[in-house]
Amino acid sequence: MLELKNVTYKIRDEKTNTDKTVLKDISISFPDNKLTVITGQNGSGKSTLIKLIMGIISPTSGEIFYNGKNITNLSLNERVSLGLTIAFQQPVRFKGLTVKNLLDVASEKSNKVSDACEYLSKVGLCAKNYLNRELDGTLSGGELKRIELAISLAKGGEVFLFDEPEAGIDLWSFDSLIDIFKSLKDKTVIIVSHQEKILENADYLLLIENDGYKMGSKEEVYSSLKKEPLCRKLGGANE
Amino acid sequence: MNNIDKELLASVADLHSTPLGSYNIRKNGESVERNSTKDIEIISKKDKSGIDVIVKSGVKNKSVHIPVIITVGNLTDLVYNDFYIGEDADVLIVAGCGIHNPTGEESRHDGIHTFHLEKNSKVRYIEKHLGTGVGGKILNPITKILMEENSEFEMDTVQLGGVTYSKRDTEALLKENTKLIIKEKILTTDTQEAITNFNVTLEGKNSHVQVISRSVAKGKSKQSFTSNIIGKAECFGHVECDGILLDNAQIVSIPKIDALCPEASLVHEAAIGKIAGEQLIKLMSLGLTREEAENLIIKGYLS
Repeated sequence: MLELKNVTYKIRDEKTNTDKTVLKDISISFPDNKLTVITGQNGSGKSTLIKLIMGIISPTSGEIFYNGKNITNLSLNERVSLGLTIAFQQPVRFKGLTVKNLLDVASEKSNKVSDACEYLSKVGLCAKNYLNRELDGTLSGGELKRIELAISLAKGGEVFLFDEPEAGIDLWSFDSLIDIFKSLKDKTVIIVSHQEKILENADYLLLIENDGYKMGSKEEVYSSLKKEPLCRKLGGANE
Repeated sequence: MNNIDKELLASVADLHSTPLGSYNIRKNGESVERNSTKDIEIISKKDKSGIDVIVKSGVKNKSVHIPVIITVGNLTDLVYNDFYIGEDADVLIVAGCGIHNPTGEESRHDGIHTFHLEKNSKVRYIEKHLGTGVGGKILNPITKILMEENSEFEMDTVQLGGVTYSKRDTEALLKENTKLIIKEKILTTDTQEAITNFNVTLEGKNSHVQVISRSVAKGKSKQSFTSNIIGKAECFGHVECDGILLDNAQIVSIPKIDALCPEASLVHEAAIGKIAGEQLIKLMSLGLTREEAENLIIKGYLS
């Protein structure tokens, strides 16, 4: 189980020379082998939370545990080796590196078209057309986003962190995207999302607001969300 | 040919055995092996050191290899090579210079190559530079490209380490409907220095030039990239200079684009900096260490 205990994250505002609290005193557990969706207004700290879990940034205070082990001071590499896998909100571009290069690194083998097909077809891309494409400006944002997901699937792991996986993916591909999450039912899946369709498929929801957070079963949190128009609760993202 | 010769030839000209077609192998300032064919003739110059490579009109899908190797110290090799590419010809030219300098004294190769492309001809030119051994290795290539109507020239230059000092000057004059593509890849380490200057004049209507330079500077090495693209007609020029800096290295990019015709479209893009943190984090999130991630990024970038 992945647990956060009293996690606070602050950043320094150089202009005002004051600290800004991004996340305040968060204590939650992400249930094993369940799909938890983190939602909330823009700027509420959802992506920050994912980066804290992955070890890309460190909390100002508080601790993070995975399967009972305190991983707060473990590096990104060490957390990867424990089975944490991330797909970033904004895929990174690389001049000179191809889809194959990153799939090879992720899967620790040399992928042929038939191997890569296993991952790329899940995100609706044909391996033959994409395997040797460079991860540069010649790919659209939506294509890069799909490839980012495919690479995380090739990496595998026990805990998958997807940061806004739907961004840039056309609506008619949504069902396939949901299928990917469903196929990871024996894994712990944590998704940052604003999309109602993804929220509906969650087992648990974590709603982060500027003045606090609420974690619970989908039904519990969803019902409180439904009491107010979603657009108001989620800062207009679902309008 | 000893093992060092063979290794140098394999590295700079991808030659693992005697090449097919025409070739001229120059070693330590002298031509040591040559094959001249009826399609591509190789003739020694009479007035100075060097060769004339004459590609007959209409010759297609043929290649010529003209590698240079230097395996001694304290040698300065100056050579003038002229390439005459006949109308409608389409050939691959593989040059390149490898210096293995086992001594403490410098060795230097200055190759002055002039390409005369007749109408409708097409050339792919590959030039690799390599240095090994303890002594100074200096390379100063000068390339002149004169392009008649409808001709195309694609030039790949690669210098991936070992060269103590290099100064590359490339000049081109493009007539109507011509296309010039130059791809340059440079890696410098330690206290090496690499200077490249491109001067391209787009004289003819619908002439195109694209210069793509990717470089990595490590250690205390220095690189300088200067391009000067002059558009005298309705033409298109695009220069892209990307540099990755590591350690205490320095890269300077000096762009000049000069449109002398209102229909000229000239672009210069340059970006120099360290490896982006987000690139390292992405690869580290896939299990690579920071060092492995850096190496993969550099390898891909210069591939």
